[in-house]
Amino acid sequence: MIALLIRDLRLAVRAGGGLGLGLAFFLIVVVLVPFAVGPRADLHRVIAPGVLWLGALLACLLSLDRIFALDHEDGSLDLLATAPLPLEALTAIKALAHWLTTGLPLVLAASVLAILMNLPAQGYVPLFASLVLGTPALSVIGTFGAALTVGVRRGGLLMSLLVLPLYVPTLIFGAEAARRGAEGLPYATPLMMLAGITFAVIALLPFASAAVVRVNLR
Amino acid sequence: MMPELGKYAVEVLSSYGVSLALLGGLGALSVVRAGRVRRQLAALEQRIRGNG
Amino acid sequence: MASLWEYANPRKFITTSNRVLPWVGALALTSLSIGLVWGFFFTPEDYRQGASVKIIYLHVPAALMAINAWLMMLVGSLIWLVRRHHVSALAARAAAPVGAVMTVIALVTGALWGQPIWGTWWVWDPRLTSFLILFLFYLGYMALWSAVEDGDTAADLTSVLCLVGSVFALLSRYAVLFWNQGLHQGASLSLDKEENVADVFYLPLLVCIAGFVLLFVALVLLRTQTEIRARRMRALLARERMG
Repeated sequence: MIALLIRDLRLAVRAGGGLGLGLAFFLIVVVLVPFAVGPRADLHRVIAPGVLWLGALLACLLSLDRIFALDHEDGSLDLLATAPLPLEALTAIKALAHWLTTGLPLVLAASVLAILMNLPAQGYVPLFASLVLGTPALSVIGTFGAALTVGVRRGGLLMSLLVLPLYVPTLIFGAEAARRGAEGLPYATPLMMLAGITFAVIALLPFASAAVVRVNLR
Repeated sequence: MMPELGKYAVEVLSSYGVSLALLGGLGALSVVRAGRVRRQLAALEQRIRGNG
Repeated sequence: MASLWEYANPRKFITTSNRVLPWVGALALTSLSIGLVWGFFFTPEDYRQGASVKIIYLHVPAALMAINAWLMMLVGSLIWLVRRHHVSALAARAAAPVGAVMTVIALVTGALWGQPIWGTWWVWDPRLTSFLILFLFYLGYMALWSAVEDGDTAADLTSVLCLVGSVFALLSRYAVLFWNQGLHQGASLSLDKEENVADVFYLPLLVCIAGFVLLFVALVLLRTQTEIRARRMRALLARERMG
């Protein structure tokens, strides 16, 4: 199991592996927002938590197809499926690898990019907390979406259509927590709801993802 | 005959118009496709029976 | 009494639905006409909402069917996953566009109904927003069916998506309530059918609901027949190609 994790991590980190691409995309999106909404810093301050959450979410989304694509193309996915490791554990590890190489870097980057969006000082901790708790859910849900479309050629857009509605609860609670924190309000409730969703998703979705991978490998 | 819709005329009439148009369109499409597929299947089965 | 599972046989489904369809269709059109005409022409105005209350005869039945269609798809998906009856998977596929259209009607009529009160063509009211999210789930479901070539694989994938989607749709409902609960509390748009309890409004509403249900059943029966035939065509063509 650990070997599999390290393998996926190594694949993601090497050149062309997507680690830097997600971060670069996040940066670009955050840079584009002021161009879209105008240069007023007071406006940026208000929308900062939401924009950062949305940017992180979209950057996550764009790297999802890598989760199964490479293994599926060279046939190693079939091999992994017949290995003694249960497919549920495989999908969970894939999701973990995705979070470590995409989600976690985005979380760290968000704290830096928040400067560009004029996030209030009191907003940094809530933003960080909400992203740390929320991005694992994005990875696990994304793994499910990637599993669904692994057999579909050019399935990227379809996967986005399937995954984005599933992201709505996480986005709502995560952004709300970040927003309330930025305004100095208590944000424990949305944060707990967010954590609840993440833990439930981690516990349950790998089973659905595994079932779907099995179907696609038939 | 037309009821006094007053200031809500636009909203009410467009609601009914859009809804009926959508339902009618869906119904029409369903019927047309059903007929087309049924004919295609019949032709196909005829052809296969002829060859078999 | 014959087991309901007999109708899982595609041929039996088609013969039975052929007998039933004309009646259901006729009943649907009749009750829809009666209900809508009654509601539109022969009900008084609401003292608060004026004539816009007449939109209820479209909005409430459509919203109910939008939800019920998805529930039917969920049941069909579960039956497919457990018992592998093609008819139930195909019925779920057939129901999706109908449910999606019902959702759009609910959204459009909901927005139009609220427009005079809010002064804008759209509000992020929790109920409307939830229906918008439901519409996205419908789109994803239909897109997945179209994107996967093998019929059985498509049925499996869309069934799992329907299951997972149902959980998330429910979750989203509560998330959206949380998201928009604090705003506009006092003047919240009340589209509850409980609001209009008076018989004069309620009876035509019941007839309209019945009409929408019957229309849904008729359309799904018809479309499922089409899906069954289309599947048979694909199978015959594949067999022909293999010589």
